[in-house]
Amino acid sequence: MSSHNQQPDADIALRVKAIESLLIEKGIIDPAAIDTIIDAYEHRIGPHNGARIVAKAWVDSEFKQRLLADGTSAIAEMNLTGFSSEHMVVVENTPEVHNLIVCTLCSCYPWAILGLPPTWYKSFAYRSRAVIDPRGVLREFGLEIPEEVAVRVWDSNADLRYLVLPERPVGTETMTESELASLVTRNAMIGTAKVQLPSSPHEQAA
Amino acid sequence: MNGPHDMGGMHNLGPIPIEENEPVFHSEWEAKVFAMSFATFGNYFPVDETRHASERMPPGKYLSSRYYERWLYALELLLTEHDLLTQSEIEERMAQLAQADTPSS
Repeated sequence: MSSHNQQPDADIALRVKAIESLLIEKGIIDPAAIDTIIDAYEHRIGPHNGARIVAKAWVDSEFKQRLLADGTSAIAEMNLTGFSSEHMVVVENTPEVHNLIVCTLCSCYPWAILGLPPTWYKSFAYRSRAVIDPRGVLREFGLEIPEEVAVRVWDSNADLRYLVLPERPVGTETMTESELASLVTRNAMIGTAKVQLPSSPHEQAA
Repeated sequence: MNGPHDMGGMHNLGPIPIEENEPVFHSEWEAKVFAMSFATFGNYFPVDETRHASERMPPGKYLSSRYYERWLYALELLLTEHDLLTQSEIEERMAQLAQADTPSS
């Protein structure tokens, strides 16, 4: 992403370094805590959490009912409640309905469940267009939603965040819950992709 | 607040920048801005105030800056408004750090 008016990275990096050193000096931030936060979001908190929720809903119909009725409580059952995911609504994709999540105002997103949002989710292009031309947006992701399928767009806010429960792919009947979780991608839980079976020529030939 | 952040339905903002296998942070400064904001959020200012701070960025600047530049703007605004830091402290420290980085010094 580039624009003429952006500050050069070196200037920003210097500014950030200055603020950091002042905040440490004044005891406002603890350098160890800063490292822990970065490590958590780089390595521990991410879409694998959401994938576990989806896989459980696919194999446990009672959990799925609870998840769709009250996402916040069902997610708490799995101990996956966390910062920026305190109030959750889970919306189900079906052959009739495709759901898409956006935050038009900025970047609200269920951090504890999906990690930090990707650049495209935070981009002006996605924020502006998801609500006015969702099918066009989905085509940019290579996803063509047939006219007879309704597209529903959910605009997140600071107090309420969404998760898409994608459709379980055909041909996964014998897979275990953790195998299913490994198929579920971040984009499928935002609604810009569907969950696909891995294309394995060996398995298809067998 | 009615500002440029209220983007739903705007036209002409271009194609969606889809990046395969993108890293969580694209540079160290992005990671630091995120972590310093996160660390101060709970202790010094509520989340709604941080949102409001980024929405107070002048529209021209808002539309020409990257995501974590907007976070930095909000962080700096809140730190200075809450008297935790002053702009002149930041400028002085930047000058010191820049000098320390110069090979001839």
